[in-house]
Formats: sequence, C-alpha cells, structure tokens
Amino acid sequence: MKHTISVLLQNKPGVLSRVTGLFSGRGFNIESLSVAPTLEADVSCLTLVTLGDDAIVEQITKQLHKLIDVIKVTDISEFEFVEREMALIRVKAEPSTRAEILRICDIFRGKVVDVSPKSYALEVTGTCDKVQAMIDILRPIGIQEIIRTGTIAMTRASKKY
Amino acid sequence: MKITGAQALLKCLEEQKVDTIFGFPGGAVIDLYDEILAAEKLTHVLVRHEQAAVHAADAYARVTGDVGVALVTSGPGATNTVTGIASAYMDSIPIVVFTGQVPTGLIGNDAFQEVDIVGITRPCTKHNYLVKDVNDLVPTIREAFHIARSGRPGPVLVDLPKDVMASKLVFPEPQQVKMRTYRPTYEPHPGQIEKACRAILRAKKPVIYSGGGVILSNAHEELTLLARTADIPVTMTLMGLGGFPGTDPLSMGMLGMHGTYYANMAVANCDLLIAVGARFDDRVTGRVDAFAPHAKIIHIDIDPTSISKNVKVHVPIVADCKHALTAMNTWFARSDEFNGKTEKANHAAWLQQIGDWKTAHPLGYVEKEGVIKPQFVVQKLHELTGGNAIITTEVGQNQMWAAQFYHFNHPRAFMTSGGLGVMGYGFPAAIGAQMAAPDRTVIDIAGDGSIQMNIQEMATAMQYKLPVKIAILNNNFLGMVRQWQELFYNKKYSATPLDVAPDFVLLAQAYGAVVLRATKPSEVEPVIKEALKTKNLVIMDFVIDREEGVYPMVPAGKATTEMLLV
Repeated sequence: MKHTISVLLQNKPGVLSRVTGLFSGRGFNIESLSVAPTLEADVSCLTLVTLGDDAIVEQITKQLHKLIDVIKVTDISEFEFVEREMALIRVKAEPSTRAEILRICDIFRGKVVDVSPKSYALEVTGTCDKVQAMIDILRPIGIQEIIRTGTIAMTRASKKY
Repeated sequence: MKITGAQALLKCLEEQKVDTIFGFPGGAVIDLYDEILAAEKLTHVLVRHEQAAVHAADAYARVTGDVGVALVTSGPGATNTVTGIASAYMDSIPIVVFTGQVPTGLIGNDAFQEVDIVGITRPCTKHNYLVKDVNDLVPTIREAFHIARSGRPGPVLVDLPKDVMASKLVFPEPQQVKMRTYRPTYEPHPGQIEKACRAILRAKKPVIYSGGGVILSNAHEELTLLARTADIPVTMTLMGLGGFPGTDPLSMGMLGMHGTYYANMAVANCDLLIAVGARFDDRVTGRVDAFAPHAKIIHIDIDPTSISKNVKVHVPIVADCKHALTAMNTWFARSDEFNGKTEKANHAAWLQQIGDWKTAHPLGYVEKEGVIKPQFVVQKLHELTGGNAIITTEVGQNQMWAAQFYHFNHPRAFMTSGGLGVMGYGFPAAIGAQMAAPDRTVIDIAGDGSIQMNIQEMATAMQYKLPVKIAILNNNFLGMVRQWQELFYNKKYSATPLDVAPDFVLLAQAYGAVVLRATKPSEVEPVIKEALKTKNLVIMDFVIDREEGVYPMVPAGKATTEMLLV
C-alpha cells in the first residue's frame, strides 16, 4: 500500500543522505521524495511516498525516527490530508494537435508555460493521480519530456493530530 | 584564555572521565599526539593496526560499562576502523572514534590521505560528525559521548580536520547535553508492565529469552530476581551470556543455531516468551514462522525499531531493561494475585519437561582416545579459572565452543563480536579488557585461522606488559566454514584447509611471548595451569581434533527444533 510520510529534520549537511541511505541500506522503496525548509530556517520538511505493507511502513517510520537528526515522523496517510504534486510536461505540438492539447490542458486546469513552433510546455498541479491521468491522456499525442516534483502533503486542519 | 582544538579535545576527554584511549598516529592527528605526551591522566595504548584500536576500545567499554575511545589518523587510518565500528554498532557498544581529517580547505579535494569517513561510516555508526568550526568542537564531543552511552548505546565517530585541531578557542563551561531530537525512553509504560505481569501469572510454560541489552543496562540482578521469583527458566543469546548465572538450575544456556537442545525445545513449546534486550536475530530464530509458534510474546527493548521487526510482538515495552524489570519486580512484590508457591506449582510440569529434554540431549561431545577435544579445553579453562576469567573470542567454532562450555555466571565477562562476526576481534578485545581490568585473568579463545587476523597486536600486549592468555584451538582449518562444507557441500573443503600455518611457538618467541603447546588430553591441564601462572603474554597452542564440529546445529533457514545433534 502507498504511504505518504512527512519527516521534520534538522537542516544540516548530510541529513538527506542519512535518510536516503537508510532506505537503500534496508531495502525500503522510495516512490518520490521532496524536501525544503519550513517556517523555522533550521528545520526542513521531507515528504516521501513509499510502498509497503503495514509491518514495513512501521519499520520505516521507526527507523526514520531513530536517526538523530530527525525531529518528527508522521505517516500522513493515517490522517485526512491534502496532497499536491506539480509536473512540467513538454508535448509535441503539430498543427493538427495544438488545439486538442490546449483543451486537455484546460480540462486539467493546467497552464501553458512555454510555447515553441513544435511543442507546448504545460504545468499541472494536483494529486499524484490527477497528474498521472493528464500524462496518460497526453501520451498518445507525444510527450517529449516530463519533470515531476514528487508529492508534498499536509494534514487537514480539522483532523490535526 | 584561549587553547588549541587539540588541547580542548583532551580537556573534553578528562571531563568525560576517559583515562585510556587506543590509537595510532598519523599526519592529520599529529597536533593531538603532540598534546597527548603531556596529558598525565591519560594512558594512550599504541596498537599496531587501527582495527585493533576500535576492538580494544569496544572491549574496554564492555568491561567498564563506560565509553571506549579510539583515535586514528585520516584516510587509511580511518578506513581501517570501519570493521571495528560496524561490529560495535551491531553489538550496541558505546565507543567514540576520533579520526583525523585533512585541513578544512582541502576537504573534497582528493588530498593526500583524504577520505569521506563520515560518509563511509554513516550506516554503521549511531551518529557521526565532521567538525568544521573549532567553536563547535567541544559541544560536538559532549554530544558524541552522550549519544554513545545513552539509549541503545553505539559507536559515534567524530572527524577532526587538522586545522581545527590547531585553531584556538575559549573552552566553554561544562553543561548538560540537551538535544531536541534525541530523547531515549527509559521508563516503561505502567499499563504495559501490568499487562506483561498478568501474562506471566497466566502462563503455564514461560521462558525468558535474555539478550545483550540486559548486560548493557546492568539489569542482571533484576533479571535474576524476576526469574527466581516467578520461577521462569532462562535462555540467553550469545550477547546475553552472563546476564543470568549460567550454572543456575533455571539456566538453559544459549539458544539458536548452536544453542542447547533444551533451550530450543523450550522456546518452540513455550506459551509465553519474555524477550528482554534481545532482537530476534536470524541466528536465534531460525525459520521465523516456527519460532515460538505457540507463545504470546513480551518484548522489552529500549530501541523501538527492534520491536516487531522480525517477529510480531504482543506486549511491546519500550524501555531500558533495568527500569522495566524493576517495575515488573515491584508489581509482583505488591500484587495480591501473585504467590511464589502457586507460581512454582504452576511451572513444575514445565520445568520437569525441560529437565527431561536436558537429560535426553545434554550439551556434550564424543571423547576420542589420545585426541584433544576443543570442548574439553574450554571446560578445563572454566574449571581452572573458577569461571571468573574474562573471556574474549574470535569468530567461528572457537566462539561457539566458548559460548557453550564456559558457563558465565557474571555479566561483562564475555566479549565476542556477536552481530558482525569479526574474525580478529578476540585478541585486540583481550588487550582492551586487560587494560580495563589489570588484575583479572583475560583469555582469548581463538582459532588458528582467526588469531592470524590481528596477530600483530602481540607487540601491543608486550609493550604494555599485558598478561593476556591466548588459547588457540588449532585444527589447521577454517573450522566453521569447513563444518558447513562437511554438512552441506559434500565435504568439498574449498579454501578451508590452512595448508601453510605459522609455527606459533616460533612466532610468539619472536615477540618475546611465552608459548605452551598441548597435543594430548593429558597435557591440557598442565598447560593451562602454567599459563595462568605466567605474568606475560602467553599463547596456548592446543592441537585439537581436526574435524570436530559444533553441535547442536540448526541448519540455516530451518526451524530451531530441527537440530543436528552430537
């Protein structure tokens, strides 16, 4: 099962490699990972999406918590939460498909961020599933490049833990 | 007044009450060594290989219960410590390793003797640091010692660039280490303690499975009290030997791959397994689904990651073993429901059953006329030292025979590389142990293969006049691998015969050590007696039955009840 885990950690050199080293060393899986500073400059928030059964995810959260530089670990999937991912997608744009691409972009509430005679670069934001859905629809038209941010997530205020 | 980084480090060691360090100099730590000469309260033991410095510090920590310290230079000095650090990590031994580093300006430059030791040791240390600013030096060292000795102990590495050692700082006032992100749980949850105690009251066939955590937290008395109060038989892991008296009627000795028949049978048939400071290692559990299949499991451990990692636990207790066991003993002392006599009566049939297993398959070996059996040597060592020696081991058959036949009655008397299984651990560990306990008898039970992995330390033992005893169980084989080849690889002895071996007599003489050799059973006792009298490094070379095996044995991946017996 897919789990979204949020990790608050000290913003110090080498901390990220402690986290990723833990995953590779213990054979845990990382689907996506994103990390950036929080309100406090010396604290970063790392959001990672991983696959595993309950026992594995329990080990992952415990092992993360054991790292000295880790402040807090939350398996966000246990709560009501919002998740977002952004993707930049460059699509091949022939005269015959240009209108269709824009329509699809519109349906997914995306934006055109770059135009060239032969391509569009689209920006889309949403849940991981939504981003994936847009990619699937665009694929037959001809995707040249995709850059995804990985998921970030936040628990809903009413269900604050 | 300002002092240098090197002086500050030595002040820190004094503050941490470190009186002995094990090390080897080099260019990057030359400033430190310059100060060490002047440090009167500090004994520096010059080893002959950096790996040995870490093993010695490891054993020093195990004997004293405090943090062991090693100091080495950058590059190869640092990489040579990795095996020692990884071993201490697997066995949860508190050590601090200081490594030299090239000057900060050269880091990342592929400078001479530069290596990213913080990167290399990240997965095998509890934590590690690179000190780039001299003002961080003292707080970092204080944190390093705090992390090493608290919670589940472990090795911490501090990397020290040469210019940081030479820079000046004002030594900060001593203060308690407080860390936002690191607060181990020592006190057990009272509700869990009650659950555990009630489970014990209900149990008809309980077993205590005691590990290294009992020794690390000095909980042997509390464990012994619990076992005797509630009349529960005890089995120990390799790391846990000495946590409960090995000669006590309730002791079943070691469990697992080379555990006793009765310990493995007891675990397989128990209705309650009380795991204390143990981590359900694969060498203990064998096939996991067949491990204690009928039991409710209580697990006391200070490290939450150990709980339910390999085996699902019913009553988890995250706490220091000593605190948890004390709480359980107190619960029983206060409870109206608990009655020692009822408990004894409840367990009588169970203890009878274990006694029957013990009678059916006791720990033993087949004697052979005129040939020395390794188990006999260990039995004699036990007898002639009154069971009071500190025993270190190498890894392999020697380690298992020592664990099986030297019945440890006291904690902190058995040093072995349990988790990582390092050949070459025992001799440097014996040096560390002898430094920590100059008046005790320290014996390294070794094989002829593994003793050669750190044989160079004879010079260290001689230099510091350490009367360490080495008992080589000499079978001219890498015996444990040979045993596996015999049993599971059609006796194809690939790379296990040691066709060329040194003459240990001549070798030891070269270092000025005493050598005694026994080739027949009748010579064993005189050799040991002579060795125990000798105030010098002694090698006892016991020429043993070449193809003797370690039994019982649970083949890898099998259930622990599927033992090969003598």
